[in-house]
Amino acid sequence: MKKLLLATALLTTTFLAPAHAADYNIDDKGAHASINFETSHMGWSVLTGRFNTFSGEFSYDEKNIEASKIKVIIDASSIDSNHAERDKHVRSADFLDASKFKNATFTSTKVEDKGEGKLAITGDFTLHGVTKSIIIDAVKVGEGDDPWGGYRLGFSGTTQIEMKDFAFKMDFGTVALKLHIEGIRK
Amino acid sequence: MLKNTPTRFGFMAKSLHWISALTVISLFALGYWMVELTYYSPWYKPVPHWHKSVGILLLLATIFRVIWRFYSPAPSALASHSTPVKLASSLTHTAIYFLLFILMTSGYLISTADGRAIEVFTWFSLPGLGEFFPNQADIAGLVHKYTAYSLIVLSLLHGLAAIKHHLIDKDDTLRRMTRN
Repeated sequence: MKKLLLATALLTTTFLAPAHAADYNIDDKGAHASINFETSHMGWSVLTGRFNTFSGEFSYDEKNIEASKIKVIIDASSIDSNHAERDKHVRSADFLDASKFKNATFTSTKVEDKGEGKLAITGDFTLHGVTKSIIIDAVKVGEGDDPWGGYRLGFSGTTQIEMKDFAFKMDFGTVALKLHIEGIRK
Repeated sequence: MLKNTPTRFGFMAKSLHWISALTVISLFALGYWMVELTYYSPWYKPVPHWHKSVGILLLLATIFRVIWRFYSPAPSALASHSTPVKLASSLTHTAIYFLLFILMTSGYLISTADGRAIEVFTWFSLPGLGEFFPNQADIAGLVHKYTAYSLIVLSLLHGLAAIKHHLIDKDDTLRRMTRN
């Protein structure tokens, strides 16, 4: 009897555990997610743009935040800075070489809980065929049931990369990445 | 004589021909050079602007040129030309017009893919019609590049053929396009 109880308890815990670590799909279809970048226009102003096409998923466990994971795949050719000629140039071999390096990816390797909804997400970022470890400073924005029967959870994140680290032929220095991610629980 | 006669090109056709030739060669050289300019070059901003401005003016001139060609037909080929020569030159002329229009259309499609207008110097701007197909700026860019190379090669053949007629055949082919 004791053994049966123990076995039941173990089984229940095993089955219940994934309920905490929920998996989410990034809501790129509803466009409640965006991958934006900012870079300096020769020191005079900030140039902003975005990548329009990407997809990804993450898992998040309120009880065990450090077990969270995220993976995002970005279509490099979907860069949009609201100027077709500039986008064509950024897609060219001077920068992204998007016909050769179709995707940029981010895969988390470590998530640190910084408290108060703040996270430091370390991961491998592959861009222009070069993989570097970067840290995204993220903050949980909110979560809850949506009015359409789903459950949503969203984060904001920022990080910075140097163009030279990713072997761009042209180097305009630092690019800040500003991310807004909303996931729908699977 | 402004108009063509059955045997000679008129002033209008000759002017359009030589202005086009000069413009096409200049735009090709400018285009070939400007795509390699770095962002920090003082030429980076003005040269593409000139290239586009002159290109649009050439488009207008070429549209007029085609209308003019219907209004005032080109003189018939020299009687001394053989049938294959007549066929080859007529095909080349048609191909040059064809390439010119592909070239100018693709150029327009690069710059207007986001709906922006093309400013022609400070005189006027040609409205952009936006994106007709995905990845328009990149695809039109490739078409523009290879059409430009084709046009230059074909123009070179056209020029060499004219010189051959002048120096070797010693006929009136080139003279018809230069003298009155």
